Amino acid sequence: MSEAAIRLSDVHKSFGPTPIIMGVSLDITRGERHAIIGPNGAGKTTLFNLISGRLPLSRGRIELDGQAIDGLPAHRINRLGLSRSFQITSIFPRMTVFENVRCGLLWSMGYRYSFWHLLGRESRLNAAAEQLLADVNLESRRDLPAGLLSYAEQRALEIGITIAGGARTVLLDEPTAGMSRSEANHAVALIRRVTEGKTLVMVEHDMSVVFDLADVVTVLVYGQVIASGPPAEIRASRAVQDAYLGTAAH
Amino acid sequence: MSEILAHPGARPVPTTGAAAFARRHGPWFLALAVALALPWLFYDWSRARHSGFVVAMLSQMSMMAIFALSYNMQMGQAGLLSFGHAVFFGLGGYCTAHALNAVKGGSFWLPTELVPLVGGVGGLVFAIVFGYVATKQRATAFAMITLGIGELVTACALMFHTFFGGEGGVSTNRMIGTSLLGWSYGPSIQVYYLIVAWTAIAVALMMLLTRTPLGRMANACRDNFERAQFVGYDPSIVRFFQFALSGFFAGIAGGLYTLTYEIVTFDTVAGAMSANALLMTYIGGVGAFAGPVLGAVLIVLLQSWVSLLSNSWLVYVGVLFIVMVTFAPGGIAGILLMHEPLWRAGRLGRLAVPYARLLAPGVIAVAGFVLLVELCSFLTIGAAQGKAFKLSGLTIDPQHPGAWLIGALLLGAGGLVLWREGRRFRAAWEALVEEIKAGARA
Repeated sequence: MSEAAIRLSDVHKSFGPTPIIMGVSLDITRGERHAIIGPNGAGKTTLFNLISGRLPLSRGRIELDGQAIDGLPAHRINRLGLSRSFQITSIFPRMTVFENVRCGLLWSMGYRYSFWHLLGRESRLNAAAEQLLADVNLESRRDLPAGLLSYAEQRALEIGITIAGGARTVLLDEPTAGMSRSEANHAVALIRRVTEGKTLVMVEHDMSVVFDLADVVTVLVYGQVIASGPPAEIRASRAVQDAYLGTAAH
Repeated sequence: MSEILAHPGARPVPTTGAAAFARRHGPWFLALAVALALPWLFYDWSRARHSGFVVAMLSQMSMMAIFALSYNMQMGQAGLLSFGHAVFFGLGGYCTAHALNAVKGGSFWLPTELVPLVGGVGGLVFAIVFGYVATKQRATAFAMITLGIGELVTACALMFHTFFGGEGGVSTNRMIGTSLLGWSYGPSIQVYYLIVAWTAIAVALMMLLTRTPLGRMANACRDNFERAQFVGYDPSIVRFFQFALSGFFAGIAGGLYTLTYEIVTFDTVAGAMSANALLMTYIGGVGAFAGPVLGAVLIVLLQSWVSLLSNSWLVYVGVLFIVMVTFAPGGIAGILLMHEPLWRAGRLGRLAVPYARLLAPGVIAVAGFVLLVELCSFLTIGAAQGKAFKLSGLTIDPQHPGAWLIGALLLGAGGLVLWREGRRFRAAWEALVEEIKAGARA
């Protein structure tokens, strides 16, 4: 069995005549924390949307744990062990915080479309949901509608929903965007803790977060990978500095 | 508002055991007791007869409560706006009529008490067929498909005489003599009690459904279908199951309809009946489980009682709908729930005076509006029917400008004062909410 959690082979994506992703090939090794960086419009989020099945590929092949997943609908890819968060917070706003994480658990705990289990009586499920709430430090918000949480709390909740199903591979799209420094530090600690032993791929703009968290950094510029390697190597690379860090770094 | 919900109020709320069960379900048992007792309040002891009008109205309320609740399984719980829900009500009714006729004819045996289940199964089967098509889509596309299905089935009801009986519909006889209780089901009070029993069962089942994985994921797909996909669910299958089960309960309501009226015609599947479900559900409140029940009670009351008093009762239903959508999108249930935090803080009494100040101009404005509508109605339909507009013995001439002037004056002045008092009420309300929040923080 291959060592790659995700393997992209010559992936292309165009919106109409406009190419966005132009031949990306990338191996993401199982268990590593992999950051994808690049200037705005480089196609980072599009790449996530292709991997997670939110958008169909134009050309190429994507494997998850050695199995081809391109062309599968999003929920099928999720069931194969890949989960993701969104750049714009995506939660269930009218449901309580507890219900949100419990929904994240349902499929993976085998409830499928059941209309004969009463949720209140499923003690194993509810214990797991309570545990998850504790993991993302939201116990005090348990019964509040999720739409009323603060922004940083909603991001934490989304991470909770994302990891709930026990996916082995987790994609996080800008998990600390829009946060204050201290909120971002909390979020990084949370991500580090809850993705222990999983493969983590994240898009991130905050370089301190990237160099703090990532084992491998891939630089995407105009739909192509221009460099991929350990953070120190990327930081030192001349090509990366020219293409990206030199202009984007403060 | 919802921020106060997070703070524990002055009244302790039991969360476990019998006390919590009583607190959560008490209103339902109370409603059941009232439903069982009400016919006897209107019982004519001198002639030893039930009031036919009251029993008919209560029967209608009860079956419409099931119908509206089943509609809300799609609308409120799954976020699916359907314009064709009557299809499952009506087809359930047709199936029931044929089943009754078959039992009567000796083709097979079925206790009368279980006959509404035939409607339910009929509704379920058709909801599986039509739901397979409709639930592939959501939002506007879903609404359009249900509209199409409604029109399609209405057209079929007039084309295929063997099953639908054409314009005359299918008549039947509920006295099939197979009751397990030994009831004849001749007297409508017996049918009423059967309806109440089925309503209790259907309400309990639909409430339990909201607490299952499917019910919860229906809420999730309503809130954010994309997120639902990324926790492993196929939103179109969630919609499909929810739609099919909703059709089952609508079919039960249709079965009860057939038992009550002993005839099913094409208007049970038609657009007006679907609109009825939407109206009851929306006016009652889509956000709370019990909302559609309140809507069903109110709308049936308007349909059967106000329609006796006025030709223009539909105008009042229409205006009520617009007013609710504009000013209280949460419906009656939403308005009631807004008061809960105040009640828990023990401050509800503080609203008595502000409410009283709203009441007087409110009544005046409504009286003015009703007067104008009735004047219009008597000028046209009333005149054609040769009726005179009588108000507590006083005959009002719709040709006379005085009556119109009084109506306009009441509506204008009442409306103006109501508007000003409304602003004052809102200020009082907000001050009270602030006060409770401050109290909870201290």
